Amino acid sequence: MAKREYSFYPGCSSQKGASSSNYLVSVQTLCEELDIKLNEIPDWNCCAASIGYGGGGVLPRLTLSARNIALSEQHNAGQDIVATCAACWLATREAAERFKHDGGLMAEASQALAETGLKLNNTTPIKHMAEVLVQDIGYAEIGAKVKKPLEGLKIAGYVGCQTNRPFGIAGESYENPLYLDRLIDTLGAQSIPTYEKKVQCCGGALAFSEPAKSQEMIKGIIEAAYDHGADMIATPCPLCQANVEIYQDQINNTYGTKFKMPVVYYSSLMAVAFGRSAKDAALDGQVVAAKQLEEIAKK
Amino acid sequence: MSDLNQNMIEKYRNSFLKEVEANVEEGEWVKMCMQCGVCSGSCPLGKHWAHPPQEIFMMIRAGKREAVLASDAMWMCTSCYNCIVRCPREVPITHIMHGLAHYAKRLGLAPKGQPTMAFSQIFWDNMLKAGRVNELKLGLSLYFKDGFVQGVKNSLANAKLGQNMMKAKRMNAAEFFGGHGVKDVSGLQKMIKKAQELEDARIAKYGN
Ligand code: SF4
Ligand code: SF4
Repeated sequence: MAKREYSFYPGCSSQKGASSSNYLVSVQTLCEELDIKLNEIPDWNCCAASIGYGGGGVLPRLTLSARNIALSEQHNAGQDIVATCAACWLATREAAERFKHDGGLMAEASQALAETGLKLNNTTPIKHMAEVLVQDIGYAEIGAKVKKPLEGLKIAGYVGCQTNRPFGIAGESYENPLYLDRLIDTLGAQSIPTYEKKVQCCGGALAFSEPAKSQEMIKGIIEAAYDHGADMIATPCPLCQANVEIYQDQINNTYGTKFKMPVVYYSSLMAVAFGRSAKDAALDGQVVAAKQLEEIAKK
Repeated sequence: MSDLNQNMIEKYRNSFLKEVEANVEEGEWVKMCMQCGVCSGSCPLGKHWAHPPQEIFMMIRAGKREAVLASDAMWMCTSCYNCIVRCPREVPITHIMHGLAHYAKRLGLAPKGQPTMAFSQIFWDNMLKAGRVNELKLGLSLYFKDGFVQGVKNSLANAKLGQNMMKAKRMNAAEFFGGHGVKDVSGLQKMIKKAQELEDARIAKYGN
């Protein structure tokens, strides 16, 4: 039996052929190494993310999360829910808290939920994978697993918005959270705790609807990483990862920059440091190749 | 202008603040704002907001109904949550901005063709079809939202990006013909329909 078990909410973007499918692969690898068992919530649905607000009202949106929590409570009873996506985590946890504070909403959501034969108890803790790593596992246990320290790599830890606010990781500051830097150091790389764009917004969903405005912000995030001499950027958020990585060509065209900055998940860093292959670390999912990580994985 | 809008004008003739408190997500918090301005300095797209959040709260209290609801300011919110963690009064600003934008759209007052409004609706419809987001169709509907010719132009402009994503196996052309979804789609749609009915009824009757 695995040392730890969680009820897993993977989210839409993690599915096969979707924009963060590489995130899921690398998370599965690190869970194997740390003896964590992820039990997928059967038939989970989309959380509506933040951007769903225009189409869906409050109640329909919160009810989507109610269904996921109810399914988890029914099928994975007693297990904390863990999400890898910042938006999934935020939406689910926000819904749970709103239901706790607003009996009227809870009653209406339960009524809607009854249409599918489900019942919400709303007693399940909802965690981000970063919380599992930092709080449940801890740096010492992670450090003990490192077989190939990421020596010589300078990595800008880019936490972004929704992994950090409004909930964040307990004990960390909103303006300058340090857990990602500590994780980077634990893996043998060099972190940049003074990276001033670590909690800068990437535009989120507005990268699609307002590309010019968002890319101006993304440019700043990459530029600051170069200014600090970073070899790559690491992040816990699928939308941050995609937004900062995949528009670099377009930003170069607009601004005449020459960006070619790899943007990886913390989970890919961990998979490589734990001695796993480039494939298990999902480095084949990079749009901007993380060559230095590939080299270490090959050694 | 929608009938609902007319009804709401009748009902809340004297107070836009009351209307916001009753019908907008977390609207009852607006009166807690002490106009310090911290939120307005926190928006990443701040320079693009015709009225930053602090000003919107002031306008609500001043009864500037049309000016607030027809503004595209709220649609500049990136859901970054900077404001929420900084506000000395713990006003849930993010949700109020989303709530105002949603309410304006519901009443038919939101600016026509606002791109984030369009994307938000496309996202919601896409998600509701199968209970999970189909990223390929989401992207295509966004590119083609302004008609076929513009759609082809947008798609070509993003062709390289699409190729890169396909190469990295993070975009899949086969998603066009179905793709991921929940098994209990009909149950999920019934549930959402019920939630929508309950919410519509609450907004229509509140304050009577
Ligand atoms: S930060 Fe809070 S109190 Fe200050 S203006 Fe904004 S909403 Fe009002
Ligand atoms: S969440 Fe929205 S309103 Fe708040 S600071 Fe960010 S963009 Fe501004």
